[in-house]
Amino acid sequence: MSKSTVGAAPGETPTAPGEPTAATEEPTAATEETTSATEETTSATGEQDFGAADSQLSTAPVESLSSTPGLGVTGWARWYWRQLTSMRVALLLLLLLALGAIPGSLIPQTGNDATKVADFQQRHTTLAPVYDKLGLFHVYSSVWFSAIYILLFVSLIGCIVPRTWQFVGQLRSRPPGAPRRLTRLPAYTTWRTDAEPEQVREAALVLLKRRRFRAHLAGDAVAAEKGYLREVGNLVFHIALIVMLTAFAWGQLFKTEGNKLVVEGDGFSNTLISYDDFKSGTLFDTGDLTPFSFVLNKFTGTYEESGPNKGTARTYQAAITYSVGAYGKDRKTLVKVNHPLEIGDSKVYLTAHGYAPLVTVRDGKGNVVYHDAVPLLPLDSNVTSSGVIKVYDGYRNAQGVSEQLGIMATLLPTYTPGNETTSTFPSLRNPVLNLTPYHGDLGVNSGIPQSVYQLDTAHMKGFKDSDKLQLRDNLKPGETMTLPNGAGSVTYEGTQEWANFQVTQQPASGWALGGAIAAIFGLAGSLFLQRRRVWVRAVKGDDGVTVVEMAGLGRSESAKVPEELGDLAGILYDRVPSPPDPDTPDTPRTPEPSASFEPEAVPAEAEGAEK
Amino acid sequence: MTLAAATNENLASISNTLIYSAMAVYTLAFFAYIAEWLLGSRSKVGRTAAALTAPAAAQGPAVTARKNGGTTVLERPQVVVRSAAGARDVPDGPGAHGGDEQGDMYGRIAISLTVLAFLVELGGVVARAASVERAPWGNMYEFNITFSTVAVGVYLGLLALKKNVRWLGLFLITSVLLDLGLAVTVLYTASDQLVPALHSYWLYIHVSTAIFCGAVFYVGAVATILYLFKDAYENKLATGGKPGKFANSVLDRLPASASLDKFAYRVNAAVFPLWTFTIIAGAIWAGDAWGRYWGWDPKETWSFITWVAYACYLHARATAGWKGRKAAYLALLAFGCWLFNYYGVNIFVSGKHSYAGV
Ligand code: HEM
Repeated sequence: MSKSTVGAAPGETPTAPGEPTAATEEPTAATEETTSATEETTSATGEQDFGAADSQLSTAPVESLSSTPGLGVTGWARWYWRQLTSMRVALLLLLLLALGAIPGSLIPQTGNDATKVADFQQRHTTLAPVYDKLGLFHVYSSVWFSAIYILLFVSLIGCIVPRTWQFVGQLRSRPPGAPRRLTRLPAYTTWRTDAEPEQVREAALVLLKRRRFRAHLAGDAVAAEKGYLREVGNLVFHIALIVMLTAFAWGQLFKTEGNKLVVEGDGFSNTLISYDDFKSGTLFDTGDLTPFSFVLNKFTGTYEESGPNKGTARTYQAAITYSVGAYGKDRKTLVKVNHPLEIGDSKVYLTAHGYAPLVTVRDGKGNVVYHDAVPLLPLDSNVTSSGVIKVYDGYRNAQGVSEQLGIMATLLPTYTPGNETTSTFPSLRNPVLNLTPYHGDLGVNSGIPQSVYQLDTAHMKGFKDSDKLQLRDNLKPGETMTLPNGAGSVTYEGTQEWANFQVTQQPASGWALGGAIAAIFGLAGSLFLQRRRVWVRAVKGDDGVTVVEMAGLGRSESAKVPEELGDLAGILYDRVPSPPDPDTPDTPRTPEPSASFEPEAVPAEAEGAEK
Repeated sequence: MTLAAATNENLASISNTLIYSAMAVYTLAFFAYIAEWLLGSRSKVGRTAAALTAPAAAQGPAVTARKNGGTTVLERPQVVVRSAAGARDVPDGPGAHGGDEQGDMYGRIAISLTVLAFLVELGGVVARAASVERAPWGNMYEFNITFSTVAVGVYLGLLALKKNVRWLGLFLITSVLLDLGLAVTVLYTASDQLVPALHSYWLYIHVSTAIFCGAVFYVGAVATILYLFKDAYENKLATGGKPGKFANSVLDRLPASASLDKFAYRVNAAVFPLWTFTIIAGAIWAGDAWGRYWGWDPKETWSFITWVAYACYLHARATAGWKGRKAAYLALLAFGCWLFNYYGVNIFVSGKHSYAGV
């Protein structure tokens, strides 16, 4: 715009709404009234208009996707790098990440439930191999999913580093000077005053600095900016994402997770062979297991006795004695659901519990061939439990021939006559152990791994009762079942409890948590704070009266910017009021208001929070 | 049956009665909103059309008058507000009543009824909580009734803060009725127990923020849909098209597309940090309850997908070429993920989070 065009009469903003960007120079001079108010302003700020005024108001990368790669390898490399670190590609990678996460939630995953995967593979013989090839049974560790997040990771770093430098640069430079025509800015106000321009600028500088703006005098105007914490927040957020991702990956690579079922009175020591099952990350080394051991002294479960929540667990707790290291001191503690025991990087969780009836098996001669607590698996919320007592060796039948015994066992912790197959309450109110004995070959040598809770009766025969039916009996604690024809006996001595402990080791989880917390705060700063600029220009008009112009610009259009500007203008106006001459119009003529808000609705304090 | 149990049964049935009563009152409110819209259609101002088709010079910029602080006699300087460069400058519609006095009255009746229904429903939720002696968030029935209560609460809260959201009323109440209808028919579960893993104070933190986020995301989604309609309408007018009578009548009364867009953005952006917190709180809880803080359980996965989708939306708004409608589609997609995480994952996918109760 030529120097002859000057700011419109206050309030009479001449540009029509819908007009192209303010940064565009446009010959709208025809509609503008010419006053001398801004005649000399351009000298101070050069030829800049809106375009320079909002430069560097954020550190978001400028989109330049259309640019073609330069020559040579470096040209291409640079081009690829620019593509990868552009906002658009970040957006696409994020979309891909969301899309890529979907199949893992719909298709069974080995990491979550390996049996379900096996089941799926059996049922879908054509689909399963394809899925397998695509890594769809372990999506989150598959090549393609990793590729997406590694690219995103690279893009993120490639985005953060330059933005951080840019931001440091912005912090070290000063807010840009006032644009030539403040009327073009989203929020604008003006008035005339008796005070000298220098006085006004001085007052404005003091005021803006007190409001924690970074303000300085640039020519005939004060330029000020505030809300840098927004950028800090944004950078902190993205850096925190990197920290979280790294911590998560680290944790995955080195994590271990094992389970151990322990019956009251028994112990556990943290070595690989002690576990019932064990999983670990690819980089885990057995030497990494935290050395500790513990003994389960007592498990206690209490339940709601009545009411709609009857039977609901009130407490589950395991009293244990543990020691750390080879010669650690014995310490007692309680492990509860949701309250793991932490030893170094390891956590010991209480994940399940059940009953283990103490059973004694004698052979025909009365020799004890088995005496142990047999952990049974709970089947329902009232802890109806089932399992198998397996006597592998030492037993001889009535003929003196070596045989194996398998006794199916069902325990009802609270037996109520009439309810023959299920317990009616989870605790041991009236325990009954139902036994169904078999003899023969347990099939353990067949090579197929066997569940300790199931009986393979393929090579076994049931003991028959006097009616030639399968023998089955309910025992109360202390009672004995006699096997037919002098085959021996089974005694239900009493009931112990068992607890299942999951021991996990996930290094770097502290980092993940720290990153997560930083991410939330960074995000809040990034989304709730506004970065905005304010300019105050004071110059002598033709008639010798000082004209004050104020304008505000935010990074995004926000009602807060004009509100704050009004607030600042009000204060500045009180310090340098307009001339008392009633003939001078000191306020802009107001066109038909088409939108209104009440600045009073927003407390001035709100800005105090936005540093 | 013991005395305590009888009290609980009683409370449960009181809760049910209250929920049904709330539905009845919501229905009345629904009809009042309808009346507001119908009566409002009598006004034929066509503000949007006027703004978009009138000669450009005729329109002044939006202006706000700042009243003096009280001490000075003189009028203080006024702040002139310009819409962003290149943006359409369309005034906000007057709301459902369209400036019609009778319509406005029905609108006010509708809001009063909504307040009443909200209180009754809140009573229902509290009675339910008392009957089960825990937070009322153990199954989908309880989620649905809490969820709609919170959504209406958010709406009434915004109204109380004098935000321009009255236009949301009909859309919100319609879906609240749907939500409650689903709750009492398909999802109904008699008061029952909580699985032990849910015993934790993280339940209160994680689930309450999740419900709140959902309610707010929902409000954001409604605004986004309306934005898409209004934007298409304004585009049509701006290019000389002639929208249908119904579109004219309804859309002209809604806020300008820019306002709707901004509202939707604010709402979504404001809860995004809370949603982030919700997921992290869930991870901490999972760490304590299940021995790992993240295990790609379907519920976790979909929370993550929802989170990434909203992050996409926020990124889109900062990316050239993705602002406006494209970003709005992303916002709807993100809300779709949220919905699927709730209904889809609870009902169709089995995982550790099995509390659907259906
Ligand atoms: C791990 C994936 C990422 C996530 C989850 C993520 C998330 C977010 C979120 C939620 C915001 C919104 C905050 C705001 O609007 O100020 C944001 C802003 C931003 N992100 Fe990312 N981001 C990711 C990766 C990236 C990458 C790779 C880049 C680099 C191209 C990037 C650049 C930006 C920029 C420049 C902003 C600020 C936009 C603005 O100033 O409004 N982000 N990001």
